[in-house]
Amino acid sequence: MIETRGLRKSFRSRAGRETKTVDAVRGVNLEVAEGEIFGFLGPNGAGKTTTLRMLATLIEPDGGDATIAGADLRKDPAEVRRRIGYVPQGGSTWDESTAREELVLHARMYGIGKADAQQRAVRALDAFQLTEYADRKCKTYSGGQRRRVEIALGIIHEPKIVFLDEPTTGLDPQSRAHMWDEIRRLRSDGMTVFITTHYLDEADALCDRIAIMDHGEVVAEGTPAELKREISGDVVLVGLDVAATPQAAQTLDGEPYVNKLETVDEGGLRLYVDEGATAIPQVLRRLDHAGLELRSIELHRPSLDDVFLTKTGRSLRES
Amino acid sequence: MKFARDTWLIFQRQIQLLLRNPVWVFVGVFQPVMYLLLFAPLLKPALNAPTQAAAYKIFVPGLLVLLAIFGGLFQGFGLIAELRAGVIERSRVTPISRLALLLGRSLRDVVSLLVQAVIITLLALIFDLRVFIGDLLLAYLMLALIALMTSAVSYGVALKVKSEDALAPLMNTVAQPVLLLSGILLPLTFAPGWLQGIADWNPFSWAVDGTRALFAGDLGSDKVWQGLTITAVLAALGVFWAARQFARSVR
Repeated sequence: MIETRGLRKSFRSRAGRETKTVDAVRGVNLEVAEGEIFGFLGPNGAGKTTTLRMLATLIEPDGGDATIAGADLRKDPAEVRRRIGYVPQGGSTWDESTAREELVLHARMYGIGKADAQQRAVRALDAFQLTEYADRKCKTYSGGQRRRVEIALGIIHEPKIVFLDEPTTGLDPQSRAHMWDEIRRLRSDGMTVFITTHYLDEADALCDRIAIMDHGEVVAEGTPAELKREISGDVVLVGLDVAATPQAAQTLDGEPYVNKLETVDEGGLRLYVDEGATAIPQVLRRLDHAGLELRSIELHRPSLDDVFLTKTGRSLRES
Repeated sequence: MKFARDTWLIFQRQIQLLLRNPVWVFVGVFQPVMYLLLFAPLLKPALNAPTQAAAYKIFVPGLLVLLAIFGGLFQGFGLIAELRAGVIERSRVTPISRLALLLGRSLRDVVSLLVQAVIITLLALIFDLRVFIGDLLLAYLMLALIALMTSAVSYGVALKVKSEDALAPLMNTVAQPVLLLSGILLPLTFAPGWLQGIADWNPFSWAVDGTRALFAGDLGSDKVWQGLTITAVLAALGVFWAARQFARSVR
């Protein structure tokens, strides 16, 4: 659906008399498959929005090229525009307009006829549960309602791909969960969804695949599970009495699925395994066999923050 | 065809939003009426005009040109608000014509100016102003061209500076000498030679002279075609330049 090759963008910024060139995006190669939710994860200033704006034809790349929904970004941006939807980060609705007016106008900007545009607006209002507020001015909406209007605007012309720039930033937890459902619904309608986010949990829970971006480069790409597995595998925490710990360590050490084993001072073991879900039954069986009683067992999966830490040397929460 | 349709679409939307804001309508009419009622009576003695009607014939055209200049030059503020709200960005990702995004807005400004102009003309009729309808329509054409140019330039500058803080002083700096050197408030016939020399370089002073000639019923005057030609050329240049700004920053 989207394929980019060496997409680059630098900006010139002036600080006093010096002109500095900032390489915002330095050669991004991506492949996004049809019908997936693809996430761009990274701290603020990583180049996510710049990349997204290039893909949405809003800024021209300095180098590289991209094919989006079959159209060439550099040679035929007008065709790209027809095939994509874009929902900017800072909002896109006018205070004094109503949701219905905005939807009809936006559909008509795509060349859709008036009657068709009105019908589409009715359907979109219904799908996004906005019918009740359809004829109120946008300035009266809550943050979540307004964001729903904006997403409805982005897909009013039924694009193949929709780009959502930080779709849940600034929303309260409930509206956020609601928004995730809306985004999943887009996917089940057959749309390819490309989002940027700096929320780890969002990338993890919502996205089929993610690319982690830092300093203008993609540092890792894959499904959240793959990425996490790639760095350290899972950790199984086995809770044991202090007395039983040494024997358990002896029993489990050398088991083929255990990559590394540490004892915990308060009693218990920390086992580094490739896949926790399959390791746990084996651990249980082995310890049971040895007649050792365990207090608890816990699976700890590495988070995307651990991935980010491994790839960039710092935590996403700090940057 | 697509371009005409796109322009109409933006124009309709802008007019709709304009009508929704009654404050604007009030201010837009209130200020010129104040000029008409509170300033114009000073003119008969000041201009040594034989009648109040004669004074109005000089003052009303100047007032209308003033409205066209100022009304246009400050439209950029609305565009900056739209930029900030993300409305422009949203339009940019659609295949809508870039020139239509500009012209739809500028045409709204032209229409709202003409409405003001009609209201003022009607009021002036009460004060015994008499203008031949054909001359009046030509004068309105001149006003429309001025408003088209100033609003397009204002949009172009707004896109370049992107902030109200920069736009306001910039537009004031442009508007003030333009106003003073155009003989809008008082005809430049009173001006010393050097001042008239400078004013000759101010295209708006030609526009004011042309409009005054039309109000005086002097259709054959050279000032009429000169004023119309100058404003038409400037309007074309202004729109061309602003459209380039739009195309560049609103690709």
